[in-house]
Amino acid sequence: MDSRRVVITGLGAVSPLGLSVQETWEGLREGRCGIGRIKAFDPTGFPCELAGEVPYYRIQDHVPRTYRKAVKLMCRDIELAVVAADEAVRSSGLITKGIDPEKVNVDPTRFAINLGTGIISCDLTELGPAAVVSVTDGQFDIHKWGKDGLEHVTPLWLLKYLPNMLACHIGIIHDLQGPSNTITCAEAAAHLAIGEAAQVIARGASDLALAGGAEAKVNPIMMIRQCLLKRTTPDSNDSPQTACRPFDADAQGSVFGEGAGIVVLENVNNARRRSAPILAEILGIGHSHNLNPAYECLEPDGKGVQIAIEKAMADAEIGPEDLDLIVPHGTGIPSDDLAEARALQAALGTAIENIPVWPTKSMLSTTGAASGALDVIAAVRVMNEGVIPAARNFVRPAHGCHLHIVTRPQERQVRHALCCSYTYGGQTAAIVLRRFDESAVA
Amino acid sequence: MRAVKSQQRIVITGMGIVCPLGNDVPTLWQAILAGKNGAGRTTIFDASTFPTTFSAEVKGYDFRRYTRFGHLHEACSRGSGFALGAAAQACAQAGIEIETDAPADGIDRTRMGIYLGAGEGSLDNDAFFACMIAGWDGEKHEMVWPNATRRALTKMVAARELEQEPNMAAAHVAMLTGARGPARSCLTACAASTQAVGEAMMLIRRGDADIMIAGGAHSMIHPLGVTGFNRLTALSTRNESPETASRPFSASRDGFVLGEGAAIVIVESLACAQRRGVPVLAELIGYGSSSDAFRVTDMHEEGRGAVQAIRAALADAGLTCDDIDYINTHGTSTQENDLIETLAIKTVFGPRAKQIPAGSVKSMLGHLIGAAGAAELITCVLAIRDGIVPATTNLHDPDPKLDLDYVPNSPRKMPVTIVMNESFGFGGQNNVVIVKQYEG
Repeated sequence: MDSRRVVITGLGAVSPLGLSVQETWEGLREGRCGIGRIKAFDPTGFPCELAGEVPYYRIQDHVPRTYRKAVKLMCRDIELAVVAADEAVRSSGLITKGIDPEKVNVDPTRFAINLGTGIISCDLTELGPAAVVSVTDGQFDIHKWGKDGLEHVTPLWLLKYLPNMLACHIGIIHDLQGPSNTITCAEAAAHLAIGEAAQVIARGASDLALAGGAEAKVNPIMMIRQCLLKRTTPDSNDSPQTACRPFDADAQGSVFGEGAGIVVLENVNNARRRSAPILAEILGIGHSHNLNPAYECLEPDGKGVQIAIEKAMADAEIGPEDLDLIVPHGTGIPSDDLAEARALQAALGTAIENIPVWPTKSMLSTTGAASGALDVIAAVRVMNEGVIPAARNFVRPAHGCHLHIVTRPQERQVRHALCCSYTYGGQTAAIVLRRFDESAVA
Repeated sequence: MRAVKSQQRIVITGMGIVCPLGNDVPTLWQAILAGKNGAGRTTIFDASTFPTTFSAEVKGYDFRRYTRFGHLHEACSRGSGFALGAAAQACAQAGIEIETDAPADGIDRTRMGIYLGAGEGSLDNDAFFACMIAGWDGEKHEMVWPNATRRALTKMVAARELEQEPNMAAAHVAMLTGARGPARSCLTACAASTQAVGEAMMLIRRGDADIMIAGGAHSMIHPLGVTGFNRLTALSTRNESPETASRPFSASRDGFVLGEGAAIVIVESLACAQRRGVPVLAELIGYGSSSDAFRVTDMHEEGRGAVQAIRAALADAGLTCDDIDYINTHGTSTQENDLIETLAIKTVFGPRAKQIPAGSVKSMLGHLIGAAGAAELITCVLAIRDGIVPATTNLHDPDPKLDLDYVPNSPRKMPVTIVMNESFGFGGQNNVVIVKQYEG
């Protein structure tokens, strides 16, 4: 068996549908919607007052006792990632320092971490006291900020907001000393991080990796940004449950949210040696770039997404007819959905007509850097459960989207699944997963 | 997944830079050899009442010089603008055509990718603080969001908000070059662009691309950036003497000097470079990455992570300690980094450590944060080309605890074949690349 095969042996998820993989999966299977009116702050006045928010949790319950003091250095993005990482490690059967320091069964120097993260928005409540002492005649006064305002900013403030701090905290908790990277490619970040981590293992630089993404977009600055970019759905404040409608004719935009998805990636021989639960194999990775002067939109023909899919399929050495499931990026933004549908059609040809397509953001919302990881986890669960749930809020296809969207649950043995993603800015990614097969030779 | 571990060689064929010491490679190198310093009073914003009033700014730069399509980049952040110039210079040197739909350079655009270690764009400060002031209820000590929101929706501008996203520098470079290959952007603090070059090298080794436009771009010289670093007490406060403030390895060092810029190298498979007939500047032979996994605020006391990254890079290159001619240190001029980095070098190199020149160009350049590693890599390539090791300037009162050969105060003529470039980030991410003189 090729020692460079990379498999998934653990899953962790925090999403608007629940605080675990199981809760998230049950929500997806039942077609529940995790979107509602924003509770984190008063959203009155926003064109879109909706978001996908993670249910209440206490971060102290998800970190080792010895690490509880450090939670004050965690912004919400970090918290979500820490919770998902804890579940991922536990489900893999690995014992890290964060699980039980007395029974560690991994070599920390051979354990990597690679996370997709977003730009972390400042907590304005935290900066408020600094800002209000820096006002002259109702205007912000930088002289006062430099002299007085700055003193009101807590000394370690910056360390809460560096994107690499997600990997930093998780690395400390679980003692991960191997290669560490933080991919900041917004909504494509998790796929890129998982792909890179798989390559790190394949080239022998580590045996294990935590990989995925996390982002907490439910704060005013991030929401204003998406509203200004006209990516949010404008007229759905009274109907949150049907607001996000990927590939549907009545779609008007997306709904944003928060979450974290983290998988344990492992060299196949390492996994076999310890009789780990092998959930799936990373079979192919592709990435490319969208080129559009309107940086927040996909180019109309979806070329960058198409190239990423073609490369992932070539890397996996399978043909379109081998695919049993596609989890598209599908945000509910009509022009982007159309471009992605065109990309899928161009990359996979006529085979696309028969491949079930299952968009998840109608239920999970668009969770930024977490979204690609939650999709990979969802695809793995589909493979393991043998059922493709129905897409939510898909009634009739948007013009030009000739995809076989799953409208009722299908029992199906899924052997190969394709997940794809793209982001404003332009990076695109695709991952091909395979249900693990002991006998297959890569 | 194709499990390719090819033996193909990987080289650098182009370099571009926009930095405090100059806005192209020759100007940078002249300044380095002359021991010039890039720091001065901060002018980008009024920092006169901040604990640190100076920084190392890019001067006299306009990205429009490098593009015929300025409107495509109109709203870009400082960092993204720097990236455009650095990318254009690097592409020109490597014979890569930019801003064309029909390139005649023989490069398949789907085989040419981008990997940047790039930072966030500056906040739109006026709008941001206006919203905060509009929304803050001083009596209840909380934000009244609808008040802030109303202001935000009128004050904030979509394009300027988008340009704050850290992947936008890569987006602009993609528009400039038409690159359709693997595209990633990472932000592992001060180690980001070394990581970007290292991972770009790995993508080519794996066969995912023939050419990667790799490096970094960052400007944290903005009010919240300086606020953050000042509160961490990471910045030098030697306000009376900005040009001597960055003094790595000296006893009186009191923090780093915040810089800004972009540095981009064209990383290419040797086979591709030979096919295209472009000159090779140097060969990339090793890359190592690790994580401290120690504390949020501090480096590991013994430099455990740094040691692991250095050893990983040596192993990747198939080298021993005896093979390194020059170490381009991270050398930030903070008490902690310079001490721990010295320990790590001694741990790896043993008795030979003191014989290897180990200077810090940050003494002149300042700390370019995300762009630092790639900028310093360019100086490594030039050190090999000219057989000159840059000095650590401002080193007049050596720290007795630091006893390596830091190349104090004047550059040194010596043959340089193999150089190690070290970058260590806040948060414990460590990255090291090794570059070698190219021999055909």
